[in-house]
Amino acid sequence: MSSKKIRVLVAKPGLDGHDRGVKVVARGLRDAGMEVIYTGLHQTAQQVAETALQEDVDVVGLSILSGAHMTLVPRIKELLSKSGMDDVLLLVGGIIPEGDREELLARGHADQVFTPGDTLEKITDYIFQSFKESRDS
Amino acid sequence: MQQLVEDLLNGSKRAAARLISLVENDDLQKIELLKEIFPHTGRAYVVGVTGAPGSGKSSLVDCLLQQMRADDLKIGVIGVDPTSPFSGGAILGDRIRMQEHALDQDVFIRSMGTRGSLGGLARATREAIQVLDAFGKDIILIETVGVGQSEVDIVRTADSTMVVLTPAGGDSVQTIKAGIMEIADIFVINKADLPGSEKTITEINMMLDMKKSDKWRPPVLPTISVRSEGIAEVWGALKEHRSYMEKSGYLMEIRRQRVSRELTEQVEYLVKSRIWERVKERFKLDSLVEKIVLRQKDPYSTANELLEQIKFYGENGKEGD
Ligand SMILES: Nc1nc2c(ncn2[C@@H]2O[C@H](COP(=O)(O)OP(=O)(O)OP(=O)(O)O)[C@@H](O)[C@H]2O)c(=O)[nH]1
Ligand SMILES: [Mg+2]
Repeated sequence: MSSKKIRVLVAKPGLDGHDRGVKVVARGLRDAGMEVIYTGLHQTAQQVAETALQEDVDVVGLSILSGAHMTLVPRIKELLSKSGMDDVLLLVGGIIPEGDREELLARGHADQVFTPGDTLEKITDYIFQSFKESRDS
Repeated sequence: MQQLVEDLLNGSKRAAARLISLVENDDLQKIELLKEIFPHTGRAYVVGVTGAPGSGKSSLVDCLLQQMRADDLKIGVIGVDPTSPFSGGAILGDRIRMQEHALDQDVFIRSMGTRGSLGGLARATREAIQVLDAFGKDIILIETVGVGQSEVDIVRTADSTMVVLTPAGGDSVQTIKAGIMEIADIFVINKADLPGSEKTITEINMMLDMKKSDKWRPPVLPTISVRSEGIAEVWGALKEHRSYMEKSGYLMEIRRQRVSRELTEQVEYLVKSRIWERVKERFKLDSLVEKIVLRQKDPYSTANELLEQIKFYGENGKEGD
């Protein structure tokens, strides 16, 4: 009998040193029944992609407060694709200006962008919904 | 051969990671995949690292990785963390301390949730070990949950087991969880920078010396993982224990026991699923349950009747088909 669980890598790439928010999200995803791999602060794009590969995650959630999202997100997306992980759901959370958000989505660098006003429920619902759709198709 | 297994044997990390997920998720292909993987296993040496939550198991693994990589060994790490019995979710955080090795091509780290298993390992840890073994890892380090109800699982799974303790402070080591003294091949007293470590080491040594044995005497080694101190000694002791296990024949012996246990489990699993299949084909269990609840039947005779009807006991009442 198959018993799949959604595995999520929650990562903080870049230099900012706040992980309160990201820990709250990690706990929220756990409470929604997901397996959450947390890797700590200051991860490089390579470390994030490599960890996603070894942990075979379904979702990569990036928390970026440093303002470096326009370089980090495309870079991580590219590295994931290179290792055959195109279908990983790539989510970004942080202080992202609307223009940047639109660009990341339009170029397919990220599947969804969440900002500090968004609730945990919105994030978990989004993940569950995406998996429901991918199973149905 | 299935493509994934072929890729695994050719060194694909993606294949290794996918295969671990498939066995962990009890995928329908699981048995077929494990069958194909099995001939390529048996080479890796499995080291267990157990100890109370927060004692420094992950930090120690991180330090050991450094030592083992200096000896040019290929390493697999499996870090187990508890699955919440309420949500079924888990936070897997052992990797945090090992991320320095994330980009090392010869280190493969995988986090697993216990998913209902209570013995300190994940339900599919043994299968994951098989995958990493076939993947060509020389050593596989298993970090247990540390809050298992018993540590039996890790002893049955690992070739060498390290127990990580911390200085008891003012307390006596008598308070150490029952059963932990028996399973260690090596004691590591981590956080030796904290007060009381000398006393803890002395007390454990005394306890060990009270037991007369001509077998392996576990060393008791202080470490300060956060400063990488004492790690070379731990690695040295590990190599010594391995060579002891090999030369004494114990390694073969415990591996034989392991295979025997796994064979028994596999037979039991097959028998059980086969019988249930046949029972469910023929009977409406719900209505039987209802009758038992109403005390119109009892569970003991009902079980017997079910097995009789599927001819589990054979024609003459003997076992067989
Ligand atoms: N003072 C001191 N602290 C240490 C030492 N080794 C580890 N720690 C700290 O102890 C805490 C726990 O370390 P981990 O390596 O995560 O411990 P663990 O046993 O893997 O923890 P769990 O996996 O959660 O059970 C961390 O804050 C480490 O920094 C040490 O030698 N001395
Ligand atoms: Mg740990």
